Amino acid sequence: MAINGAAAELNIVVDDQRIRVAAGTTVAAALFNLGTEAFRRSVSGEARGPVCGMGVCFECRVTIDSRPHQRACLIAVADGMHIRTATEA
Amino acid sequence: MTAHHDAVVVGAGIVGAACAEALSRSGMSVLVLDASFAGSGTTAAGMGHLVVMDDSPAQLALTAYSGRLWAALAPELPRNVEHEACGTLWVAEDDEQLEAVRAKQGVYADAGVATEILSPAQLAEAEPHLRPGLAGALLVRGDAVIYPPNGARALLKRAITNGATLREGVRVNAIGAREVIAGNERISCDCVINAAGALVPELTPGIPIVPRKGHLVITDRYPGFCRHQLVELGYLTSAHTMTTESVAFNVQPRATGQMLIGSSRELVGWDGSINRSIVRRMLDRALDFMPGLALASAIRTWTGFRPTTPDKLPLIGSWDEMPGLWIAAGHEGLGITTSVGTGQLLADLITGRAPAIDPAPFAPSRVLAGVGAH
Repeated sequence: MAINGAAAELNIVVDDQRIRVAAGTTVAAALFNLGTEAFRRSVSGEARGPVCGMGVCFECRVTIDSRPHQRACLIAVADGMHIRTATEA
Repeated sequence: MTAHHDAVVVGAGIVGAACAEALSRSGMSVLVLDASFAGSGTTAAGMGHLVVMDDSPAQLALTAYSGRLWAALAPELPRNVEHEACGTLWVAEDDEQLEAVRAKQGVYADAGVATEILSPAQLAEAEPHLRPGLAGALLVRGDAVIYPPNGARALLKRAITNGATLREGVRVNAIGAREVIAGNERISCDCVINAAGALVPELTPGIPIVPRKGHLVITDRYPGFCRHQLVELGYLTSAHTMTTESVAFNVQPRATGQMLIGSSRELVGWDGSINRSIVRRMLDRALDFMPGLALASAIRTWTGFRPTTPDKLPLIGSWDEMPGLWIAAGHEGLGITTSVGTGQLLADLITGRAPAIDPAPFAPSRVLAGVGAH
């Protein structure tokens, strides 16, 4: 975040939707700001999302740049990042 | 005083469960005892691959027969048994192994098991994550996978429907002539079936079954990454050479999208700790065949003990050293597959029906004569 209060913004893609988010935002925070409810799906298809926010519970996993099972709460957004939510994996 | 039973089955692993199912279906009153709970031992540690194998004519006969019984049972199995007719791909690395694939096809055909040979291009299309340059594979479409503990429970449920009783948490202290002693209880019966897997010798001294340790790794969910049970053709060499340590490429897709990665074999007694160096070798072997697995997360590793006999065939039949005692054990790494064939064969022998396959190679008495010990 810049000293003058204006955060630098990055472009990311969440489930084919292009959005701009402040640099330094975690993927989990970016998804929360979008209103995402299902970060992933359990084996039986239930919606799952962050519980611990610190990399322990593994409930916030999403697919980032085609790599499945990435913990959204531990990873900061990067310019051009592609995030897929609510996948089976 | 406990009621008299026609048969008491000691051990509610999948083999004991299948014996209870077949015996109760024959009209016998059956009691099943397990020191822990159903399917909690070797059954819970296995991959659950229903596979036809041809290390010996007897093994081929029993696995092919069992495969037919599983196929008939499949439509009636509860969903949680996770029966998936994914087939097996026996992967050949080079032309020499491809020759072995052709020979294997002939052997399977003689046993009535249909197979197809896949060219390198067909193999790459069937399993895109296998490394390029493989020589081909033998596809056995009739093979399948199940989740073994629920397979055991499903067989027990059928037995219970037939009138059998299951008692869990009951440790058998001794097997006598037409009786079982469990704690303060003396349970009388016409026959006892010792189906306690690698623990059989504790209750029936003189049976040469030893535990052979294996490791399995399970990954997170990657649906579609692999579609068939994949086994390297060299697996038989690993499985049936009694060296102290061996690994083989063996990867299985689960209904959840997870993958089970095996396999290892060690003779280290009952030490169930994770041997990191053999897990490393096992995973290196898997990565050699499927390099993309390197990106997968392994979420759990465990060990189990295969009940192994000197000639790698199970013991199915009467044990003449003790009146009324029958053995159904020693299935090594094939107990999930051969459980149903074992149960049917044993029930046929006990009730005096003609068995569908020759029981002679499985006769427990062979270990007394030392026949087949090599």
